[in-house]
Amino acid sequence: MNAPIRMDSAAGLLDSAADFPILSRPIKGRRLAYLDNGATTQKPLAVIQAESDFYAQSNANIHRGVHWLSQHATDLYEQGRESVRQLLNAARSQEIVFTRGTTEAINLVAYSWGRMALKEGDEILISGMEHHSNIVPWQLLCEQTGALLRAIPVTDSGELDMDAYRTLLGPRTKLVGIAHVSNALGTINPVGEITRLAHEAGAKVLIDGAQAVAHQTVDVQKIDCDFYAFSGHKLYGPTGIGALYVRYDILKDMPPWQGGGDMIYTVSFERSTYADVPQRFEAGTPNIAGVVGLDAAIRYVLSIGLDAIAAHEQILLEHGTQELLALPGVRLIGTAANKAGILSFLVNGIHPHDLGTILDTEGVAIRAGHHCAMPLMTRFGIPGTARASLALYNTQEDIAALAAALRKAQKLFGTEHQ
Amino acid sequence: MSDHHSDLRELYQEVIFDHNRHPRNFHAMKDASHTADGHNPLCGDQLTVYARIEDGVVQEASFVGHGCAISTASASLMTEAVKGQPVDQVEALFRDMHAMLTEAHPEERDFGKLEVLSGVREFPARVKCATLAWHTLHNAIAQARDTARTE
Repeated sequence: MNAPIRMDSAAGLLDSAADFPILSRPIKGRRLAYLDNGATTQKPLAVIQAESDFYAQSNANIHRGVHWLSQHATDLYEQGRESVRQLLNAARSQEIVFTRGTTEAINLVAYSWGRMALKEGDEILISGMEHHSNIVPWQLLCEQTGALLRAIPVTDSGELDMDAYRTLLGPRTKLVGIAHVSNALGTINPVGEITRLAHEAGAKVLIDGAQAVAHQTVDVQKIDCDFYAFSGHKLYGPTGIGALYVRYDILKDMPPWQGGGDMIYTVSFERSTYADVPQRFEAGTPNIAGVVGLDAAIRYVLSIGLDAIAAHEQILLEHGTQELLALPGVRLIGTAANKAGILSFLVNGIHPHDLGTILDTEGVAIRAGHHCAMPLMTRFGIPGTARASLALYNTQEDIAALAAALRKAQKLFGTEHQ
Repeated sequence: MSDHHSDLRELYQEVIFDHNRHPRNFHAMKDASHTADGHNPLCGDQLTVYARIEDGVVQEASFVGHGCAISTASASLMTEAVKGQPVDQVEALFRDMHAMLTEAHPEERDFGKLEVLSGVREFPARVKCATLAWHTLHNAIAQARDTARTE
């Protein structure tokens, strides 16, 4: 099922849009320029087909049936786990727990590991650019344990203040939780360095990889982090499936968080004993078709190559940055030196929400709002931004459509000379 | 021009731009008898609506806050429309505005200047922008202590 690698050799760009059926669907009579990939990515035919084929050919429950289909479905499910292991370069597939997505993965860590490992007076260190899903689970944990949540400040360019980080790290710090790539700014955080410093201080490290795994090669052994979470749907896979990597020596001692079928070893009314990892954390019938779809998505992405995808998106990011800054009154929020394909911006005199509506009538899909990062918006003193976020199928044509639609918006609002 | 572009023109009429650039009654009110905060958590729009109600009549109405062109213009137009109106008529207008923005145009009602907001109906994602100020005023009149929500 390997997709042929098509390159527009002159520009060094990929040419993959034809693999994604939805991209040929006109929106409001216009060619769709889908630039809301930070919210979710579109799905290649390979993924759509894999889910459909699973239900048509392979459906059964896993880990329990003696019949052939059940074993077959189990094999497909466990093959998906192996694909995730490969994607993240984890040492072993038992270190991969399937979840509904990044949010559930972080909640799992907070609930299971957090309640076991944290006590009153301990500190959890996150950053000022976290998504709400890497803030609120820790607040809940702090309420339960009496631990304290602290945040590393963000600089004006949207980078982590590493000096402040070193100062904030201390003997009370038990966990550092950081986004690999900021969903609102595009900043790629130095997760290797962050992890090294945290480990020196005796803290564990969780990386929120939701915005990273589809856009660059990720190696959890190289980062040396303890937890790594991501969502399938931002990786060209289905919604409702994601994964959590946990270093084996930590995972094996973590208590269950949800009880039910599939996560037990024995059950009696006096006492139950729990399954080995990772099944201990996968109570109930999981999203089997979702895992099959995710597997197909990982194969698709790896067949193109994450380095090639990163290079493609970097070219479009540079081009998009130039196009935006060529417009009057445009201000980029997030200008870190090391950035992924996210353009967060403000246009003088036009609220992001109005921009979103006007661009939509031009077939340009972007996100407008606080991007589930309210503390970050407060830090920059803004209610929200307009955000164009890139994926492997985006083209120079999409960037041109974005710039043209922004010009139209400025004309409509009479701000083209501001 | 496609239909979608005429819809866009319907949404962003000159009156909307005018009230967005120069919102009327855009100030806090020290002697307000009624006040409430409104917040749209989806887009971050935030406003406070003030009213001075005497003898069952809205003598003055004003607002402060930040939001998109639609929410700012709607708030501005609202403060103009309700000034001098008896409270029960303001409440009836709130109900009719809500119907006009979300369902169908109430036939018997002449909305006057507020008619410019009717284009919002073609943009379901933006209805909450237009209704936020009205919900907030409604809460202020009801003396609701909670922040108004469009959810």
